[in-house]
Amino acid sequence: MAEVMFQPIAARPAPVKTEGFVPWVRRNLFGNLPSSVATVVFLAVALWLLPGLLNWALAKAVFATSFQQCQEARGVGACWGVVAEKYRLIIFGRYPFEDQWRPLVATAAMVALLVASCVRLFWKPWLVLLWLAVLALFFALMFGGFAGMEYVDTDRWGGLPLTMLLATLSIVLAFPLSIAVALGRRSNMPAIKTVCVLYIELIRGVPLISVLFMASFMFPLFMPPGTSIDVLLRVLVGITLFAAAYMAEIVRGGLQAIPKGQQEAADTLGLSYWQTQRKIILPQALAMVVPGIMNNFISIFKDTSLVTIVSLYELTGAMGLALNSDADWRPFKIEAYLFIAAIYFVFCFSMSRYSLWIEKRLSVSKTR
Amino acid sequence: MTAKAVPPKRRDWSLRSRAVRAVLYQLLALGLIALAVWFLAHNTLENMRVRGIQSGFDFLTQPAGFDIGERPVPYEALDAYWRAFLIGVLNTLRVAIVGIVLTTILGTLLGIGRFSRNALVRGLCYAYVEVFRNVPVLLQLLMWYLLLVEALPLPAEPISLFKLFYLSNGGISYPVPVWGLGQALAGAGALAGLLLGWLWARRARRLFEQTGQPRPVLLPAVGMVVAGALLGWLVGGAPTAWNVPEPGGFAIEGGSSLTPEFLAVLLGLTLYTASFVAEVVRAGIASVPHGQGEAAGALGLSKGQQMRLVTLPQALRVIIPPMTNQYLNLTKNSSLAVAIGYPDVVSIANTAINQTGRAVECIAVIMAVYLTTSLGTSALMNWYNKRAAIKER
Repeated sequence: MAEVMFQPIAARPAPVKTEGFVPWVRRNLFGNLPSSVATVVFLAVALWLLPGLLNWALAKAVFATSFQQCQEARGVGACWGVVAEKYRLIIFGRYPFEDQWRPLVATAAMVALLVASCVRLFWKPWLVLLWLAVLALFFALMFGGFAGMEYVDTDRWGGLPLTMLLATLSIVLAFPLSIAVALGRRSNMPAIKTVCVLYIELIRGVPLISVLFMASFMFPLFMPPGTSIDVLLRVLVGITLFAAAYMAEIVRGGLQAIPKGQQEAADTLGLSYWQTQRKIILPQALAMVVPGIMNNFISIFKDTSLVTIVSLYELTGAMGLALNSDADWRPFKIEAYLFIAAIYFVFCFSMSRYSLWIEKRLSVSKTR
Repeated sequence: MTAKAVPPKRRDWSLRSRAVRAVLYQLLALGLIALAVWFLAHNTLENMRVRGIQSGFDFLTQPAGFDIGERPVPYEALDAYWRAFLIGVLNTLRVAIVGIVLTTILGTLLGIGRFSRNALVRGLCYAYVEVFRNVPVLLQLLMWYLLLVEALPLPAEPISLFKLFYLSNGGISYPVPVWGLGQALAGAGALAGLLLGWLWARRARRLFEQTGQPRPVLLPAVGMVVAGALLGWLVGGAPTAWNVPEPGGFAIEGGSSLTPEFLAVLLGLTLYTASFVAEVVRAGIASVPHGQGEAAGALGLSKGQQMRLVTLPQALRVIIPPMTNQYLNLTKNSSLAVAIGYPDVVSIANTAINQTGRAVECIAVIMAVYLTTSLGTSALMNWYNKRAAIKER
């Protein structure tokens, strides 16, 4: 009989480390051969491009507001001095220089209002009143003409305040219109349905610029002879009609997503058509389409840049105005473009983040 | 609300009947709309009379009197307005079609890149999408145009690529074959090859359905097209004459070229729309459950087959409708070419409005052109969507 010796089993190896930096790099950058090749290629390209880019944007860039220095650095470094020199013209357009605190306060109030509207705490009936108050404040500050403030006509408005005004007001005005059109499109009455479908498809089939051309060339012909409407108002009407057609389709999507049982239950309870829509259908449908409306707002915010083609100087137009009139600074337009691109980006990106967040919030109630 | 509320036999003419009220509401709405249209039309006619504006489309046959820098078909300044509009339409279609093809390729790559196992690829695709879709497309067009015109050298000293392609602020010049019998026959041969390839693909599918034996389709078809083109070229005498561009004193002579305006519009539209297409593709692929790919793998399909036969056909269903929207957006956004002077239909119409004052007519032309293209594109995509949709019994 062989003697049985106690032989301990060798300890198991420690588990492979799957957390932390090195395993992450191994998994995500060098997972397999193609992945490793891609990583190496991208790093090589970055090493090749980045120094030049950083040199241009920072190291060799001119931050002083002197166009002589900028001229010397041309082709080597960026001229951010153009932004420092012209930012008031770019942001506020042709608004009288000494009074530019007014559009500043007005825009700040508008931004604050928009941010507040995004917070759930403020989703109360009095939010509508707040909107009216802020809009009144906005126009009062922009127009002036009281309390020692000089009257400023709309043709001198420009820059960021104009962008904000066009985007916000057109969406706010388009909202009720789009609900009406969306309900009309789902109505059983053939005439009303046809009119709504025609409106939606006609507007969605043509580019915004043609609607703006209409606003700028044809609206004056539409009005009774002798009356003239402000170009800002005409463009605002044009953008509103445009935005409403797109929003109507978004709202329709929400309406279609409501189960038929809701409508039938409301019928059983004896609610009238408008009661059903107001108390049962719309609250559910609209909550569902908040992200879609948010995306529509983003695209309208970007599309306001088109009004520069019909001579309204919002952010893009104001930048052109600021630089085209000044031969010294005109060569550095690309830096100014990057500046306003950054402004647009900050606004649109934060709105799209919010839209994503609210989409998640809305689906929370559905997952269990 | 619905018609079933009305008893079918009895006619109820009281105001309480939903059917009667529906008719009344519709008459009221139509009446209001007719009133509004009449009001606007009356004002327009009155205004035109007061201001002495002529109306009607007769101006289309009058000489336009302005030159167009970019013309796919012959045009001179003294040609009629309708010809100028035709060139505008052709320019719009040219940039839109090329843009749609390029944006589909780039957007699909970016969308698939979001699923890469490589974090750098994922991150770069994400960054691309966020940067390009959050800056207005007009701004991007203006920036590209500025870059192309300012950053590139003068045509006198262009950047040369193999002495065949020249890049300057006058655009890109590239060699083209001298058109002749050989090229025409090569084109005809390629067409014939395409037809043969299509017949082969049909036969291959029939054989596959009968016998279960897969047959190669893509390679033989490509071979047929190439062989057809080659044969036609040889029969035509194998011409090798090329029209190669050469830098002259002021401009680049010879060859064919793309203007900076066209390039700026194309670049701007493609890069902007690609960011949206990427999101569409990403959402489409993400909508196919993982189990589908895993089940295909369990059946023994290779990675490529899984993607081609199982995942993509299902993703396409989700992708096609929003993709149609993006194509339409690209086409409509091509109207922004007016801002940088690319002679698209809006730009021509704008000039025509300034010259003739016929705003109503010119805007009607713009709208008609875009409505036709939009409806045409959506009809085409609807047909394709029907092919890709679930076949339900």
